[in-house]
Amino acid sequence: MENSNFLGLLTLAVFLPTFGALLIVVPVISRRYIKHVALSFVTAELLITGIIFIRYYLNRDAGLQMVDRLSWIPINSFPVEYFLGVDGLSAPMVLLTGILGFVAIFASWNITHRIREHFAWLLILQTGVLGVFTSLDFFLFFLFWELELIPMFFLIAIWGSGRKEYSAMKFLIFTLAGSAAMVVGILVLMASTNTLDMTQLPEKIQGAQLLVPSVVVCSLLFLGFAVKLPVWPLHTWLPDAHTDAPTAASVMLAGVLLKMGAYGIFRVCLSMFPDVALSFAWVIGTLGVVNIIYGAIITFNQTDLKRLVAFSSISHMGFVLVGISSVGGFASTIGLTGAALQMFTHGTITGLLFLIVGMVYEKTHTRYIPDLGGLATRMPIAALTLVIAGFASLGLPGTSGFVAEIAVFLGAFANLPWHTGVAAFGIVLSAGYILWMIQRTMFGPLKDRFITISDVGKLELIPIVLLLFTIVGVGIFPFFINDVLITGISPIIESLQGL
Amino acid sequence: MDLQSLYYISPELSLVGLALVLIALDLVTNLKRHVTWVVMVGLIVPMVFIVLLWIGLNDNDLPSKIFFASLSLDHFALTFKALIIVILVPIVLLSHQYSSNYSLFRMEYFSLILISAVGMMLLASAADLITIYIALELTAIPIAALATFMRKIRSVEAGMKFLILSAISSAILLYGLVILYGYTGSVNLEIINSRILEIGQQDSAPFGSYALLLAVAMIVAGFGFKIAIVPFQMWAPDVYEGSPTPVTAFLSVASKAAGFAVILRVFNIAFVNQDFSQMGIDWSLIWGILAVFSMTIGNIVAIRQTKIIRLMAYSSIAHAGYILIGVTAVSSRLVDDLSLGISAAIFYLIAYAATNIAAFSIIIAISKFAPNGLIHEFSGLKNRSITLSVVLALAILSLIGLPPSAGFVAKFYLFGSAISAGLEWLAIIAVLNTVVSAYYYLRILKYVFLSDSDDDEKINVFSMKPVLISAIFSLGIILLLGVFPGPILEITQIAADALLLG
Repeated sequence: MENSNFLGLLTLAVFLPTFGALLIVVPVISRRYIKHVALSFVTAELLITGIIFIRYYLNRDAGLQMVDRLSWIPINSFPVEYFLGVDGLSAPMVLLTGILGFVAIFASWNITHRIREHFAWLLILQTGVLGVFTSLDFFLFFLFWELELIPMFFLIAIWGSGRKEYSAMKFLIFTLAGSAAMVVGILVLMASTNTLDMTQLPEKIQGAQLLVPSVVVCSLLFLGFAVKLPVWPLHTWLPDAHTDAPTAASVMLAGVLLKMGAYGIFRVCLSMFPDVALSFAWVIGTLGVVNIIYGAIITFNQTDLKRLVAFSSISHMGFVLVGISSVGGFASTIGLTGAALQMFTHGTITGLLFLIVGMVYEKTHTRYIPDLGGLATRMPIAALTLVIAGFASLGLPGTSGFVAEIAVFLGAFANLPWHTGVAAFGIVLSAGYILWMIQRTMFGPLKDRFITISDVGKLELIPIVLLLFTIVGVGIFPFFINDVLITGISPIIESLQGL
Repeated sequence: MDLQSLYYISPELSLVGLALVLIALDLVTNLKRHVTWVVMVGLIVPMVFIVLLWIGLNDNDLPSKIFFASLSLDHFALTFKALIIVILVPIVLLSHQYSSNYSLFRMEYFSLILISAVGMMLLASAADLITIYIALELTAIPIAALATFMRKIRSVEAGMKFLILSAISSAILLYGLVILYGYTGSVNLEIINSRILEIGQQDSAPFGSYALLLAVAMIVAGFGFKIAIVPFQMWAPDVYEGSPTPVTAFLSVASKAAGFAVILRVFNIAFVNQDFSQMGIDWSLIWGILAVFSMTIGNIVAIRQTKIIRLMAYSSIAHAGYILIGVTAVSSRLVDDLSLGISAAIFYLIAYAATNIAAFSIIIAISKFAPNGLIHEFSGLKNRSITLSVVLALAILSLIGLPPSAGFVAKFYLFGSAISAGLEWLAIIAVLNTVVSAYYYLRILKYVFLSDSDDDEKINVFSMKPVLISAIFSLGIILLLGVFPGPILEITQIAADALLLG
């Protein structure tokens, strides 16, 4: 309890964006330079998260590191610490947040309405998400988990389109309801073990008599994460939120916020309750399959480009669940690594898809697919990017999507062959809707009213190239991420084998 | 009793002195415009006495019971007294702005507030039934007068309603106290406790006899009126709406804090028993059920409100329900955490006081621009004053219980105390209520930040400095408690331990 440690790198990474936001809000900087200030902060953030990841990669066998740990509330009945650290699970997520936070600023480059607030909220959002990924004290984790709601609420409600206020409120109420279940779970753990230290909890839970059966505690926590993931049937907030959100918010929402749910399942449900996870693997697998198939079928029916990508996210997050359901099988290491890798790759792929969709919308002023068509002749770069991102999304070899999905299937097949068989069908469906979407929007005859539109600009190329580079890079050299993930997953595997 | 014992009630005495000085000043000078600052300086005196007494208690050179055991002098009482003095600071500042409406009676207004505060402070340390009753009346009667201060039909209605309902509830309470006295033969809470335990050994009925059960039911009802919990809440919305807004703010935080102080003391001293075995009844359940009704009904009715003050009234009913969780959570499973619920309730009261005062500061600041007090009139406040909007936003986050605010820590701590006490069902109902409450609180923010106002005329916040100071002051406390709650948590824990361990 009393060991305090302070390196400061993670604290810097978490709070630098908030500092940037405060700087932007204070009206000393001219409106004209706000974007540039925000950009310089996310660039610094990208570098810091990159350094954190590489530092971890070089020293990955040491496990948990770069710890910032200080006593915070020093009373017995409320044992809260300020405790940040990265391990194999969080390091890739931190990097992902850095990348997508960077991309999100470019995605909102053309915002003119209430520009100050927009960039401030985006930066605060980044603090919240990074905080979730690096917190190792449950109170702090929950604090950041809730902190991220407010920026997202305002991003959707102010800069969104359509029924933006309704969607923002729906997003917030759904997530709060999930948090409500989660906080009860956290409080039960605190009351039973008298600690909130997430590195100690796995051990303490095994030895302690919980006030409530551990199945119930785990389910409560799972419920909180499931809303975020989102798991069918708790997913209904997601299409609305995505459809009405501005591009930058969509990129962050699909890219990192959904991963918070998956990350929570790994960090809490799997690490702390391996026995429960083991006996309920088939439930997780079933939910995953439902997500994949249901999401894919609904995606086919979408005529709104953004809504289509949103529903495809539901389908793809199902793969994470299927990967998690490999626990207990002999290939669970592969399955879990695949699931964790899917989190990372889906973040980059969907981020890119939303980015392109946002650009297309900006140029054509429509997202209604039947109105689009033949854009490839006018926007060759956008079309090429959409094709590559689409291929990555449907799991073409050479892209990161392939690596993740194949690992998920390999792992899960050993445990739940029937589930995996049905889930694999999701790949076919996703190939169908992705290719059909690309064909309807980018190819075919060019509509007359799009004759004058231009391709992506030079500035917009930066995030595109960054994301493409990540997608293809991880596709060809997956070990760069995989080796890190495995160091985070091996403790889970060990505790599973110990049962 | 000697001169020395006057020192033990010096915070109350100095506050009474201040109130009398104000009236005297009114007669001989023309200081009306500066009265606020006189009060502010005057408030330093009781605060200094409280700190001195606190230090004296730490050194164990003060008696724990004073005035023939009718008052207790402990950290618990001092914590509440300090809280009430600190609450007075922003209330007085807010009144400065508002009292231009009734400048003729400005001095009386402040005197009445101070006298009511003295009642609240006495309530926090009252250790026998008679003192409790007198202190309650001392608290309530000035407020009834204050409520009518606007001299408008609404205000008079509020005052009358408060006076009549307060009298009825006092009568009920008094009846309960009388039965309690009749059965136990004492007015002293500790002697009552030992008598009840004796009776309990002879008879297995709740509290030893059904007459005592009736007495406790009446005491619960009497106190329930004072803290405005369902089903004794019906006076609150009307009184809140009709009273001058600073009085409403005062009523919603200080009066509530004093009410909880006396509830905590009476039930944890007079009706305490290790596992309630000799008590024949787990009275904490009574409070638990009232908590559920209060939270749920308060939050659900608040959704439909269109007037901001009525919304705040129902929200305060709901928050009283949350705080009752702390009162309920005394039968903790972990023996060393027996005081956790009490500590959490006190911390929540402090957090709620800061939050509510911040919110009321903003309501008062824009009352000139929102003559009907409708939530709708907050539209586009962001364009008119970003300062006020930001303070309001943080107050609302704190009311919902979102970080980084006092409300977040307070809710986490309070619901945690419920779980430690084995009240998982209560914690679950409470968190679900929090989700419901988010809806109507966020609707206010939606108007502030998303809607456009009819006129974008800027509100000059610097023209109302006292309100601004009050807003910033309470905002500072909200953030401080949200980020570094440690020191205050330690104080609330000391207070809670002092109550239980004597």
